[in-house]
Amino acid sequence: MSGHDFDLAVIGSGPAGLAAAALAASRGLSTVLLDEQPEAGGQIYRAITETPVRDRHVLGPDYWHGAELLGPLRDSGAAHWPGTTVWSVARPREDGADGGRTLQIGLSRNGTAAMLTVRHVLMATGALERPFPIPGWTLPGVLGAGAAQILLKSSGLVPSGRTVLAGTGPLLWLLAWQYLRAGAALDAILDTTPRGNWRAALPLLPAFLRSPYLGKGAKLLLEVRRKVKVIDGVTDLRAEGEGKLSAIVYRQGDGAEQRLAADTLLLHQGVVPNLNLANATGCAQNWDETQRCWRPTTDDWGATSVEGVSLAGDGAGIGGALAAEHAGRVAALDVLHRLGRIDRAERDRAAVPHREALERALRGRAFLDTLYRPADIFRAPADDTIVCRCEEVTAGAVREAVRLGCSGPNQAKSFLRCGMGPCQGRLCGPTVTEVIAAERGVSPAEVGYYRLRPPVKPITLAELAALPKSAADIAAVDKH
Amino acid sequence: MASPTPAPSMSIWKPDVIVIGGGLHGCSAALHLSMRGVRVLVLEKDHVARHASGVNAGGVRQLGRDVAEVPLTVASMALWHRIGELVDDDCGFESHGQLKVAENEAELAGLEARAAALRALGFHHEEVIGQAELRDLVPAIAGHCVGALVSRGDGAAIPFRTTFAFRRKAIALGARFEEGAGVARVVRVGDVWSVETTGGDRHEAPILVNCAGAWADRIAAQLGEPAPLEVIAPMLMITARVPPFIKPVVGASGRTLSFKQFPNGTVLIGGGLLGRAVRDENRTELDFSQVSVNARTVWDLFPVMRGATIVRSWAGIEARMPDQIPVIGPSGTQPGVFHAFGFSAHGFQLGPIVGRITADLITRGGTDLPIQPFHIGRFAA
Repeated sequence: MSGHDFDLAVIGSGPAGLAAAALAASRGLSTVLLDEQPEAGGQIYRAITETPVRDRHVLGPDYWHGAELLGPLRDSGAAHWPGTTVWSVARPREDGADGGRTLQIGLSRNGTAAMLTVRHVLMATGALERPFPIPGWTLPGVLGAGAAQILLKSSGLVPSGRTVLAGTGPLLWLLAWQYLRAGAALDAILDTTPRGNWRAALPLLPAFLRSPYLGKGAKLLLEVRRKVKVIDGVTDLRAEGEGKLSAIVYRQGDGAEQRLAADTLLLHQGVVPNLNLANATGCAQNWDETQRCWRPTTDDWGATSVEGVSLAGDGAGIGGALAAEHAGRVAALDVLHRLGRIDRAERDRAAVPHREALERALRGRAFLDTLYRPADIFRAPADDTIVCRCEEVTAGAVREAVRLGCSGPNQAKSFLRCGMGPCQGRLCGPTVTEVIAAERGVSPAEVGYYRLRPPVKPITLAELAALPKSAADIAAVDKH
Repeated sequence: MASPTPAPSMSIWKPDVIVIGGGLHGCSAALHLSMRGVRVLVLEKDHVARHASGVNAGGVRQLGRDVAEVPLTVASMALWHRIGELVDDDCGFESHGQLKVAENEAELAGLEARAAALRALGFHHEEVIGQAELRDLVPAIAGHCVGALVSRGDGAAIPFRTTFAFRRKAIALGARFEEGAGVARVVRVGDVWSVETTGGDRHEAPILVNCAGAWADRIAAQLGEPAPLEVIAPMLMITARVPPFIKPVVGASGRTLSFKQFPNGTVLIGGGLLGRAVRDENRTELDFSQVSVNARTVWDLFPVMRGATIVRSWAGIEARMPDQIPVIGPSGTQPGVFHAFGFSAHGFQLGPIVGRITADLITRGGTDLPIQPFHIGRFAA
């Protein structure tokens, strides 16, 4: 047996992963595409092959573009393992028998855990919704717009009853538009975009005017605004109810409190890189002040600080689906070069069209990032608001820990258990960083982020107890 | 003597003792010294409780210790049972006993012999119990377990919170802490120790305490005494919440295990299986083939846990001595230097007493407890 199972494992089958796996495999690398979901597409193209929403006008052409990525993947010869959860990536104790450097991937498939040995890992782990902690956000009936969109894509479900969207960012408007097309009624949109953002974003407008977003975005916004009551300049927001949501209380500007009866509140204030796997693998990360988030540090080719690990797509910094696709191809070319399939000149030459497309896709991004930057109060909420849902830790408890001498998220974690629950900080990490930074009066860059640990996704004791599995076991799993 | 004008606070305050290392042992030494009016400066290269002291299993255990440690562990246990009086915080300490189960008669015979050996030395905190009482104490234990060794006064606490509480109380009593201050160089200048930090600061004090844990050998080397510690990374894992089913902390006699349930329902599984430590990068790497050994032990001993979900695993960085017992006491080569390190993955329970021992050595020139076995001179060439 050779020292590895595959040359390349691509983790995540959104646009970056689909494009990267197809390109790498078509150029001769033995490639496996690993993804948690039962089918390819990631979050943006979720359920692209099976969605019950067959009317293409509902989800729109940008969604259906995802289908075009599936053919090349099929033709490339890449192995595709859907329903596979990756919970660890690490260097094994000893390198491969042939002397080559390898990486070991801990994964679970059909209830069985196994270790997979590869030469290179390309993480295409995508984005997560930025947490939107407001009083009452843990009430049943309050959920993320992203989660609601997944229900729409995968099951054709739209909320019934009085429904309100609140927050800021392109996805909020896209979801509203998709709901309208699907025939759902929206009672209101509470827009929390700070009014001052326009001033900051204005200098970035020229690039945006040349971007592909403009035409589509403007049309979509106008259509939504024509059909739904939009309340702008919302500065204060909370969800109320006994056991479940019954009302939303908000203020517009510095006006008086208003109350809206509601059964469903969908919250959204942008997305941030899903960096848990990269972080737990030891990849260095840096604070992005414009996008107000941590991102794994990568070079122009998506290579991280850990040898043999690359990143592409929103997981390396938010750029959107099209940018992710092109970045996936750029990263795949670099992997081909690193594994000796192509020389440097060939890599550089082949990357030119993808880099140009990537640049086009990113045009105007800075404008959107600046315009839709969430307000301070929604990133670092008031004391009584829960920030860590798993352990029910409030913003006030985090501030108190800072006063006692906790200077960063890791001390707060050890002290308060925030970030220690099953979500491993996905729902509180950005907030805890922001709260501590604001309380100390320093940049989030200085306070840092959680040091995350495998398993990055929960696995059962039974699965762990059955390790280690050999490569043959994995192949047997694959055949099922 | 002419000198540049320092900041006002620094011109008044000069430490009597510099403690190197802000783990539990450094914080405990700082607390006990501060309680006696000694001015202490703690230099911590990262932040307090960053390594083993903040992330260990939290076992507060007398059970099964090396006989040399028994007098110390018993004295420390008395402090643990009044920990709130010492540090103004209960440290999450709960005492529901610790046991070490026997999976067969041969193991049980070994436990009987151990208990008898301790009794002969005059210590009665370890007792052997049979299958029936084991069932009473731990109803979820697998049916094949035949008995256990139990130490009823043992328990568990929250490590980071404990270390933090020691630090806070020490500060309240006047100790000063500098975090992010690694020690670059230690030199004797006249009759004081001069400590140069990685940031270029210089601090002086007549007395130096080395509580630098997995980095303590580097301090000892500057003093000209070997400390052949091994840098280890004991691994732990924790489950999602499950309904409460067990109060005591459980270990095994024939294999390595430390198993306990927190009040919030999560279950901590450890026992000293090792990952990889990269101490110069403050980093540990987990070894899942070893983690899986631990998971199999739990599978065998606690059938109720088979469906549990592991949500996180981690490892801290610790120092292990060749003979598995710590270094405590005065330097073998230098005046005014005391060591407390190398606790070999079982130092948490000893924290309260070893700080007091160090304070006794510094302020009274001696201690009532037998610390000769821990002298660093045992490693001298």
